[in-house]
Amino acid sequence: MNNRFIKIVFAIVIGLWSATLLSQGEGIFDEYRDMLGDDNPAIFVIFDGEEIWYTPAGPKSASLEQCDLGLGPGVVEGAYAQLPRYFADVDRVQDIEARLEHCMIQLQGLAPDEVSTKPYSLRGDLGTQLEALVAWIADQSSGLAIAPGQAHAQEKSAYALGETLFYYRAGTHDFSCATCHEQAGRRIRLQALPNLTTHEGAAAAYGTWPAYRISQGIVRTMGWRMRDCMRQQRMPELIMGSEASVALQTYLAVNGAGASMTAPGLKR
Amino acid sequence: MMKTITLLFAIMFSSPLYADEAYEILLDSMVDKNFVTVERLKQDELQAFCSKPRSAAVDEVRAAELREAALEGIPSPPGGDYLGDWQRGEKVATNGKGLQYSDDPNAPNGGNCYACHQLDPAEAAYGTLGPSLSGYGARGQSAAMLKYTWTKLWNTHAYNVCSHMPRFGAADILTPQQLQDVMAFLFDPTSPVNRSQP
Repeated sequence: MNNRFIKIVFAIVIGLWSATLLSQGEGIFDEYRDMLGDDNPAIFVIFDGEEIWYTPAGPKSASLEQCDLGLGPGVVEGAYAQLPRYFADVDRVQDIEARLEHCMIQLQGLAPDEVSTKPYSLRGDLGTQLEALVAWIADQSSGLAIAPGQAHAQEKSAYALGETLFYYRAGTHDFSCATCHEQAGRRIRLQALPNLTTHEGAAAAYGTWPAYRISQGIVRTMGWRMRDCMRQQRMPELIMGSEASVALQTYLAVNGAGASMTAPGLKR
Repeated sequence: MMKTITLLFAIMFSSPLYADEAYEILLDSMVDKNFVTVERLKQDELQAFCSKPRSAAVDEVRAAELREAALEGIPSPPGGDYLGDWQRGEKVATNGKGLQYSDDPNAPNGGNCYACHQLDPAEAAYGTLGPSLSGYGARGQSAAMLKYTWTKLWNTHAYNVCSHMPRFGAADILTPQQLQDVMAFLFDPTSPVNRSQP
């Protein structure tokens, strides 16, 4: 039976199941997570990601095997855990998404727009190539310590910028990231909110993305989470791999540094 | 000694320059989506002043100025009535939609009160970013209580200058009528907010 068919059936079953779960509050999700144990539906997406990495694509008909994620061309194991980091070839700090986009353009000859126009799934989609790649690459860092680069001056200023943006209030509702994520033990409706200014809070959040979203039936990335937080703050759309997106992720990764990566996580 | 103090002040008040840099970077990092434009990224004075950690030192003089400015801009409720219809107010309190680019700009905005506050004690899905408001009406309906609450809803910064609550009236999130309805939801003795705890 092919992978895609299993995935569709799984998505439907999980979708129906989660619809009932959603009406029952947060506690039931913990039960659901316990019940699944190590069986995260993200496994199907991880397989897809690995396949995409090795499959020639684009005008140059090249695979991503020569892509340098920071540990040298083609080294995937452990690469996610040391992102975001400074890359000399582009002279800037990049997260996994910006780096993959760079590789797709350079190695495969894709046009920049082809990669960034629709990096993330819309509701009802079965996942994008970028989401699958990120799921696989993150899985290759599972169990390793979060260790983003902080030696280069640009890495340090990315952290400082991320901190400033975390507290930046704007828009119709005067919200910032800090509105919801600067205190411990709070929740929005029933959803528990991590305090992202602390090591524990940042580690628990950063270390579990990308994650399989039960309510959406797909894997979501850390970059998507940044964009969606901005949407909820009533801000315009955050561009994938942009300076602000990378800076915010750097702020979280550095705050959580030293803790283990456990992604892909499983979330409501 | 004077030199140190001067230097300290110079550092403290040079920070707005960094906020301008943050604004420029946000402009480069975001795009208009549906009806939400990058215009929203520009901070007003209050937003710029309040973009600091809770633990950061506060310039009390400036805080008092901003608080007074907020207080001056509070209009009286239309018709002089603070209290509208609690049943309509309950819908406003429950509705979490409005002003996100994924929302319908033609539908009325919600207040999303339950995101942060407990209200009707029978509703289990309430947030805890703000204080519980269950039983709010037990405080009575004195002129002072009504005016205080109206002001708090219209522009929270009139009392607590860097409160995280949105300025529901001053920022045109809710209409005066919707705010009167939310007021009734809080104060009316027959509103579920004021039912006895289960």
